[in-house]
Amino acid sequence: MATYQNIFNRVQVHGEPDMGVPLPDGTIWERGKAKFSRLFGLFGEAQVGPGYLGTTGLLSLLFGIAAFEIIGFNMWASVGWDPVQFIRLLPWLALEPPSPEWGLRIPPLNEGGWFILTGLFLLISVLLWWVRMYRRAVALGMGTHVAWAFASAIWLFLVLGLFRPLLMGSWSEAVPYGIFPHLDWTTAFSLRYGNLMYNPFHMLSITFLYGSVLLFAMHGATIIASGNYGAHREIEQIVDRGTAAERGAIFWRWTMGFNATFESIHRWAWWFAVLTTLTGGIGILLTGTVVDNWYLWGLEHGLVPPYPEVYPAMADPAATP
Amino acid sequence: MSMLSFEEKYRVRGGTLIGGDLFDFWVGPFYVGFFGITSAFFALLGTVFIFYGIATGPTWNIWQINIAPPDLSYGLGFAPIDEGGLWQLITICAIGAFVSWALRQAEISRKLGMNYHVPIAFGFAILAYVSLVVIRPVLMGAWGHGFPYGIMSHLDWVSNTGYQYLHFHYNPAHIIAVTFFFTTVLALGLHGGAILSAVNPHQKGDTVKTAYHENSFFRDTIMYSIGSLGIHRLGLFLALNAGFWSAVCIIISGPFWTRGWPEWYDWWLSLPIWS
Repeated sequence: MATYQNIFNRVQVHGEPDMGVPLPDGTIWERGKAKFSRLFGLFGEAQVGPGYLGTTGLLSLLFGIAAFEIIGFNMWASVGWDPVQFIRLLPWLALEPPSPEWGLRIPPLNEGGWFILTGLFLLISVLLWWVRMYRRAVALGMGTHVAWAFASAIWLFLVLGLFRPLLMGSWSEAVPYGIFPHLDWTTAFSLRYGNLMYNPFHMLSITFLYGSVLLFAMHGATIIASGNYGAHREIEQIVDRGTAAERGAIFWRWTMGFNATFESIHRWAWWFAVLTTLTGGIGILLTGTVVDNWYLWGLEHGLVPPYPEVYPAMADPAATP
Repeated sequence: MSMLSFEEKYRVRGGTLIGGDLFDFWVGPFYVGFFGITSAFFALLGTVFIFYGIATGPTWNIWQINIAPPDLSYGLGFAPIDEGGLWQLITICAIGAFVSWALRQAEISRKLGMNYHVPIAFGFAILAYVSLVVIRPVLMGAWGHGFPYGIMSHLDWVSNTGYQYLHFHYNPAHIIAVTFFFTTVLALGLHGGAILSAVNPHQKGDTVKTAYHENSFFRDTIMYSIGSLGIHRLGLFLALNAGFWSAVCIIISGPFWTRGWPEWYDWWLSLPIWS
């Protein structure tokens, strides 16, 4: 077993850094500097940078940092500006959305206004980052697939923080910013709407989530296992199939009777990743707006049998005045 | 027998782990081998058991079909066939089929001169399954702690088991597992997108781009490109950790922690450094 398993790079050789594909004429910004990291080089490329900031990148970072700082300072204020308690309680601290009585109005800063402002800044930051991903791809002459995959994640983010609160008529429906608080929100959401696991779009989203992990394990393992044939040079293998692509394809054909190609496996990958958040967002958007109780919905649609009538009939407390 | 145009030269004898060239042949696109025989045996037998369970059960509704493990009172013993014994047989068949499948993957790897990353990766998935239906039930002292085989019934099991620990999202290993799950999807989206965008350029008819462009794209946008080999190491690492920490998060729930998971953090809140 003492053979090379292609998990780490044994040798690191480098000359001048690769400063990247030349940027198109008329580009205002320039790339930064490049460095080498021996540590990074053990696992992947040793070269770090050069980065390209650009106007959208700069603005996106500024808005993102502003949102992050607002969250942090609100959390700090919530423990009376005590630095020790800030660290101690950090996972429990939150910037909470406005309370329900505010509806879709903008409350004063300390009653949820900061939350709205954070959401706005975060949204601007994320959308600018999307523009950046799109424009950087185009500047290099590449397709915009990464940006569109990112758009699918933004869809889920928008559903949670904007579309669903708008449809429900209250900002209080949005997810709080905080580590344990957002987990509390998730559990409370599932309980409030009668078990989210009965939501078919939640089922689909989980299927694509697990499917994505399965696909990346299969794909990553296939490429590394045939790395000695140059399998990681995927583009070359796509346009001019070599023995690496042949072995990778045949491996799965012999295993399960079906194989992707070196290009199509990336289409599978892209769709599985995109559909995870796309279906997830649909599931969230329907919850509370179209369906009030997923368990009862499941009952109605034959997902589960009704409970046997073992208890005497009782008036619904919610229906009595 | 359909074959890929280049497949014939790879169909050579040898590389088997057991049985010499006894089962060293193909059926259609499938390689057989000794472990192909055992895979088929366990898979077919398990499927027969499942259909027996469905046929003798109350429903053919795909959502409501349920084959439950034995009652807790059976402990770690065998249960009668219609009281969970079927679940036990199906579990044995499933493990037999999964392990056979992994060993078959190892044989195919050997035939194709590939390393064993795929069967090892599959081993993590098997570990996650075995931790649910064997390791944790054994540690808890009853097969009844395994999860039931059925679409809605296994979802109910997940809900119920989660709420037994009050709030499962606070389970630290669950936090790590979910983080790996989400990060894997992010990395998969980025990798799939990067390759597709390189071989499908923005301008129709433009020359296909290269790994040089992929590196430029990720360096431009996020300051670092892990590279065409590194991304597959990263993807495999993330995916396997998702499975591994999932196994950890359920094994520790019950055998090693019986209270609500939110309480687990008391050690942090009562560290002496705060006073």
